[in-house]
Amino acid sequence: MTEHGSIIYLEGVTVDYDGFKALNNLNFIVNHRELRVVIGPNGAGKTTLLDVISGKTKPAAGRVIFGKDQDLMGLREYEITQLGIGRKFQAPSIYGNLSVWENLDLSLSRPSKGVFATLRGTSTPAEREEIDRTLETIGLQEQVRKRAGSLSHGQKQWLEIGMVILQDPELLLVDEPVAGMTDEETEQTGRLLQSLAEKHAIIVIEHDMEFVRQIARTVTVLHEGTVICEGTVEKVQADDRVREIYLGRQKVAHG
Amino acid sequence: MFWIVGFVLLFVLPILNVLPPEDSWLHVSDFALNRFGKFLAFAILALGLDLIWGYAGILSLGQGVFFGIGAYCMGMHLMLTIGNQSVYGSALPDFMVWNQVTELPFFWKPFYSFSAAVLAGLLAPACFALIFGFLAFRSRIRGVYFAIITQALALMAWLVFNRNETNLGGTNGLTDFKALLGFRLSAPGTQLALYVVTVLCLGGAYAMCRWIIASRAGRVLIAIRDSEQRVRFSGYSPATYKLFVFVVSAVLAGLAGILYVPQVGIITPAQMGVLPSLEMVVWVAVGGRATLVGAIVGAVGVNLGRSILTNSFPELWPFFLGGLFVVVVLLFPDGVMGIAKQVRARLAERAVRLPKTQAVEGEQV
Repeated sequence: MTEHGSIIYLEGVTVDYDGFKALNNLNFIVNHRELRVVIGPNGAGKTTLLDVISGKTKPAAGRVIFGKDQDLMGLREYEITQLGIGRKFQAPSIYGNLSVWENLDLSLSRPSKGVFATLRGTSTPAEREEIDRTLETIGLQEQVRKRAGSLSHGQKQWLEIGMVILQDPELLLVDEPVAGMTDEETEQTGRLLQSLAEKHAIIVIEHDMEFVRQIARTVTVLHEGTVICEGTVEKVQADDRVREIYLGRQKVAHG
Repeated sequence: MFWIVGFVLLFVLPILNVLPPEDSWLHVSDFALNRFGKFLAFAILALGLDLIWGYAGILSLGQGVFFGIGAYCMGMHLMLTIGNQSVYGSALPDFMVWNQVTELPFFWKPFYSFSAAVLAGLLAPACFALIFGFLAFRSRIRGVYFAIITQALALMAWLVFNRNETNLGGTNGLTDFKALLGFRLSAPGTQLALYVVTVLCLGGAYAMCRWIIASRAGRVLIAIRDSEQRVRFSGYSPATYKLFVFVVSAVLAGLAGILYVPQVGIITPAQMGVLPSLEMVVWVAVGGRATLVGAIVGAVGVNLGRSILTNSFPELWPFFLGGLFVVVVLLFPDGVMGIAKQVRARLAERAVRLPKTQAVEGEQV
């Protein structure tokens, strides 16, 4: 496989926390418009993988290429965001003291996000329409004037998803989107992610195997900072090593 | 509301100062007006502190430094205009004669010009904040660490300005000013004019802060307070926004210093050290953070309280100030403005029970 045609390409990435290798010579490729689920036991390096792609963590070695030839190494988080990589955090990360509308308005992708542009900037009708459309997608039309901090946990998760959608990223990084959601909310979120995958590439980190089965086409299994298996849910579940380190453990836990 | 208060400050008080006879109960004395002008200069500084602390959540304990730089710039100009009328009859400021300095230090020379002094009083704090803020925010120093570093900055500035070798008057500071732009500072008319200029500057500063807060950039500031990480992942550079608001607050502090000096007639290092910088934070906390109006109310209110209390019980003031801060933080975290809001909410609640009134939507910042 070459890096061309891929949306994100990681080669030989190592992240070293004082001797503990959170990622160990990791190779990882996701193609355009792919919905990829990353699973693995605690400490496998799943969140670190998203940290590296989004610029939060600088790897000690390796290459990270976005799109055709955009090197992400050495760029700051906001620069990477402006290039078109959006991130949804595990715990809802929103602006509690702003209204739902203001949260979305700030997130909207704009040509300049510098101080002087935002001092003078007003929303164009097209931008308002886009925010309205997103409000509909995430089902928060009723709450538009409410303080985001007063929303329920599930609504906050959806708001953050809406914020990331409005950034119009080519690649979405989603960390455990259904943690703390009800069954119904989980299913809605799954449908939302699948519809988003028609236009964007998405990397989802998930623990909930039920949910993984609902949305996954390709699953990557991480263990101790490296990929140990990649393929369909069936293939991954049939893999002996995966059973041993991940599913096996889960069975023990359930038994 | 803005216009009513502005009208009272700009027209009613000066008219009550000039028109009624001095024994009338309506008369506002020269002394009272002058003192009030000083409070309003402090209010300009408080607005800047509210921008950076109340909105962006960055606690700066070094605003006194920027205030002091602005004040010293104006003070240097006023010293130079004394000319030969000084005690020693020298063209040099008295303290230089005293310290056996024979030639005016080079950095004093531009301050012969009034406009250069005003410009320096605004730009020097800005440059200082720009350099200091760039280093601090780029290294992601925030929260209590930023507060401690700015406090160290206040201590450092205090030490530097206290030294005689700095050639800024040492502990005694700059004083004994005679005239500004040819007008005698002791004349009531000059002080009235300074008061009016201060009110106009405060109005302008308030309008500018409102404009910033109402813009999308203002919401980015609140967003930084709520979740700096999310701001980065929304595509904004928090360091740039913090730097911007830090510089704005420094300029407002410098402006306050410029207006303070000719009205009070003295500036010493004691006005720019750690304690005054802390006191400025108390003004904003008492008035109510992230409201702008609260910053003005707090600055004027606390200073009014101070001048009343220090008249009667001078030694009690520090205890009173400390106590006030503790009470506000523990019981009224939103300050005077928060109390006002609660009262209004109660009244609205009562109004809801009456027919044909609409419920109030959730509060927004």
